[in-house]
Amino acid sequence: MLLAHCEADDIAPGDFVMVAADVVMANDLGGPHAARELVKMGVDEVFDRSKVVVVADHLMPAKDIRAAEMLKALKEWCDRQGVTYYDQGRGGIEHTVLVEEGWVVPGSVIVGADSHSCTYGALGAFGTGMGATDIAGAMALGRFWQIVPGTIVVEYAGEKGDYVTGKDLILALISEIGVAGGTGMALEFVGEGAAALSIDERLAVSNMAVEAGADTGLFPADEVTAAYLENRTDRPWVAERTDPDAEVAGRVRIDLAGVPPLIALPHSPGNIVPVTDAIGRKIDQVYIGNCANGTMTDLRQAAEMLRGRSVHKDTRAIIVPASQKIYRQALAEGLLDAFVEAGCIVMTPTCGACLGGHSGIIAGGESAITTTNRNFKGRMGSNDSFVHLANAWVAAAAAVAGEIVHPADVAGRAAA
Amino acid sequence: MIVEGRAVVIDQDNVDTDVMYPGQFIGILDDDEMAQHLFEGLDPALRDQLVGDTILVCGANFGTGSSRENVPAAMRAAGIKCVVAKSFARIFHRNCINLGVPAIRCPEAVEAARPGSSIGIDIEAGVVEVDGRGFAATALPPFMVELLEAGGLAPWIRAGRGS
Repeated sequence: MLLAHCEADDIAPGDFVMVAADVVMANDLGGPHAARELVKMGVDEVFDRSKVVVVADHLMPAKDIRAAEMLKALKEWCDRQGVTYYDQGRGGIEHTVLVEEGWVVPGSVIVGADSHSCTYGALGAFGTGMGATDIAGAMALGRFWQIVPGTIVVEYAGEKGDYVTGKDLILALISEIGVAGGTGMALEFVGEGAAALSIDERLAVSNMAVEAGADTGLFPADEVTAAYLENRTDRPWVAERTDPDAEVAGRVRIDLAGVPPLIALPHSPGNIVPVTDAIGRKIDQVYIGNCANGTMTDLRQAAEMLRGRSVHKDTRAIIVPASQKIYRQALAEGLLDAFVEAGCIVMTPTCGACLGGHSGIIAGGESAITTTNRNFKGRMGSNDSFVHLANAWVAAAAAVAGEIVHPADVAGRAAA
Repeated sequence: MIVEGRAVVIDQDNVDTDVMYPGQFIGILDDDEMAQHLFEGLDPALRDQLVGDTILVCGANFGTGSSRENVPAAMRAAGIKCVVAKSFARIFHRNCINLGVPAIRCPEAVEAARPGSSIGIDIEAGVVEVDGRGFAATALPPFMVELLEAGGLAPWIRAGRGS
């Protein structure tokens, strides 16, 4: 994949290469930074306006005057450059939008000014995150510097059980290799358990490749990918996979029969236990959304728990569909109505509270359970708060119970 | 390229960019203003130690997490001349190099360093000297050294080196 995007005749892990980017993405945080760096670089125009895309999501709807000024300047910059800009109310969360809108195809190389740009691996693209100066460089040159990663082949064997999702598959891997176990590596997800996943669940898996330290996390493109891309994009694409007998840096086999619903306890995505080991922890806030798990699949799972039931009186639940399209679909399916009836707060697509930015900050001493991807100390607000990561079933079940429970327990309770 | 300074030690592994620069300050664009919030979620008192030329000495997987460039930008503005760690998270390391802040992997030097230690780093040679004792670091690829010598990716591109 990288070989096809650089000038070298042959490359090996550890080699230094300049790689051509098919798409360069920035959001409303990295975008304004990158625009400033481009000025420092003496570059007036991006290398190819058709390959640069900007999405408003982190600061929007503007949380304060500073954010409003940044969003205003960003829109002006995008208009001036003639690049595609998914403005407020027009797109949603960057990674979800790029996948939905057909920017991401197998075999392509996509760099984004956001660490979760590895999400594009779900469609077999080399998606990788970087900082604003890096992105400005890619916007200027159309290329970026890269150390060729090694490969860790991750085989998911067997079938996943009830209430187990893509979220649990990636948490199981992080539990196995650790939060730095993928450093300098691309993860490649294979096996029947991987192939059986929908695109939504693959997105959840690839999204957290960076939580294992990896450059990216790839699903080789298959018929599921092809079906998803049909009528979505006219970009040419090529399916690539590592030869099964190839010499790779590592192989990990995870038997899905042994993977229950999991939870990452505070304050690390690597601090993983079965949900049954966390039963009874009181929850002040439930957050279902973000670039990992704000898909239709997640919202349907959450609705299964919340429809006809109520959010516990001492708990608040925030639901954030990841894009405008998902928002409308959830509306059409009656999911949003079920959420509101249960007493949830339904938000517009935004990164908001996931990174402790706005729209759902938690107070000192409070605990949250979320479908997001990071639970570092202070991630969602107070430095004295606690964040648990889990799948949408587990998070929504906690909303009903007011504490961490197994989703099967909530499913067994009669709906009102 | 030789960098010298006094050690400020963060004796922890997996220090993430959220604790070094919490999300509530992420909308700030001015480097000096960013520096006022550096280490806010980790230990704000660390800022008081950033006097003169500082060499930040850190544990493994340093800078894990977000791509937020505020962290190395704030470090640079606060007088941190180099980061020496047992190992780095990928994006943080990239960001440091791109901003012209040397980031060197040298576990033995980290073990040897104490707060206030006198540290000198020979970037090309890949050697870290702690209070007079030399340790072999993982040498940076020539391209990264070139970026550091140029002062980072922006001046490197401005000088026409990328085309």
